[in-house]
Amino acid sequence: MSVPRFWRKQVNRYNLIGTHCKECDEYYYPPRNLCPTCRRDGELESYKFNGEGEIVTYTIIHTAAEGFEHQTPYALAIIKLDEGPRLTSQIIGKPEEMKIGMRVKSVFRKLGQDSDRGMIYYGTKFIPA
Amino acid sequence: MNVGIVSYGAYIPRYRIKVEDIARVWGDDADILIAGLMVNEKSVPDLDEDTATIAVEAARSAIIRSDTDAQRIGAVYTGSESHPYAVKPTSTIVAEAVGATPVMTAADFEFACKAGTAAIQACMGLVGSGMIDLGLAIGADVSQGAPGDALEYTAAAGGVAYLIGNKKSELAAIIEDTYSFTTDIPDFWRREGMPYPEHGGRFTGEPGYFKHVTSAANGLMEKIDTKPADYDYAVFHQPNGKFPTRVAKMLGFSKEQITPGLVVPRLGNTYSGSCMMGIAATLDMAQPGDRIFATAFGSGAGGDAFSITVTDRIEEIRNGAPSVEDLLKDPIYMDYAMYAKHKGKIRLA
Repeated sequence: MSVPRFWRKQVNRYNLIGTHCKECDEYYYPPRNLCPTCRRDGELESYKFNGEGEIVTYTIIHTAAEGFEHQTPYALAIIKLDEGPRLTSQIIGKPEEMKIGMRVKSVFRKLGQDSDRGMIYYGTKFIPA
Repeated sequence: MNVGIVSYGAYIPRYRIKVEDIARVWGDDADILIAGLMVNEKSVPDLDEDTATIAVEAARSAIIRSDTDAQRIGAVYTGSESHPYAVKPTSTIVAEAVGATPVMTAADFEFACKAGTAAIQACMGLVGSGMIDLGLAIGADVSQGAPGDALEYTAAAGGVAYLIGNKKSELAAIIEDTYSFTTDIPDFWRREGMPYPEHGGRFTGEPGYFKHVTSAANGLMEKIDTKPADYDYAVFHQPNGKFPTRVAKMLGFSKEQITPGLVVPRLGNTYSGSCMMGIAATLDMAQPGDRIFATAFGSGAGGDAFSITVTDRIEEIRNGAPSVEDLLKDPIYMDYAMYAKHKGKIRLA
């Protein structure tokens, strides 16, 4: 990921900040510029999620992408936040302990880096609650 | 001075390696090391943890504990000897991740093991003078010990954050005064770009640790006219269990006074977080009115002494975040090979 691309959504990744439509009461993560339901009638506000949710489904990665080779095996899950939105995140913990419906909470971790000379990217991952 | 601790938060990674597992690899006698160092095991960071992530978790814990609005924070100072970047502040990452930006100042501190208490002193000055409302002072490290070096048995990972303020009703503990003693000593260093620190052998003990801790501690007690018996608890920088135990005895503090804050046997040396972790563990169980004496030490070298009195407010905030004991519980043990991987000791071509 390029440095500017990461930086643009940095605060959202650090603090799980998305958006909430005051018109239809829907929550979005990542943040949206327009409510897809209400369109022009929608009224979006910035919203910080409480960081808790549950695993909807997960997979165990054994053959990882570049930069993650030495973390295998690790769990990648779709998490449903308590406010509603779903997001994909790595789950910190033993792969054999993962299960659908498991409660998780957010933590601050390194997401990756651009080689030993490049930027380090930080953000949100999840651990069993 | 009417300044003190509004809140505090600690973070310790879940992984541990036992001294005996390190000793087995290097052919050392584990029993002699455990008895000599008074350290049984040490914390190890996860593959995706570093000083910045540890500092953020500790800082969030401090802010949550007292339910404080992070926008009130006017300064974020992170003390560490293992900042992830040589140039680019850890403190801006922390400030952004706790929601304290943008109207604030920030900087990274480095003074071996006492960079965190130097940050507390800087925050005391800023809140004491009224320049800022609250200051966030953090000591965090993922400290390095070269493979086979004596430091490898104790160099651990962890961090502690203190919110420093000056509004009496908000203070969980009043910092009555602080006193520092600093000289230029070649006891420990790491050159730019080098992965592991070096230590100056005989300078570590008497001319380094003991001279600076006793001078700072005695200097503060003389300044504010107190004596060891006036305190309920005492915390000294804990690079191992032996040094703080010995320095406490030299200064006239009892074993009972230092026991609650002596976390090093189960944690190792968290460097910039070391003394601050001991203070946090003591605050976890201290009662209103209790007095805590603390002295941090940083190689290079200097000692920062603090006289602290716990207030009624401690009862209101204590259970708002995990205690040090909570963080020490339920560790995941690893062998030397996994430890070497986690610490980046295996260099890949």
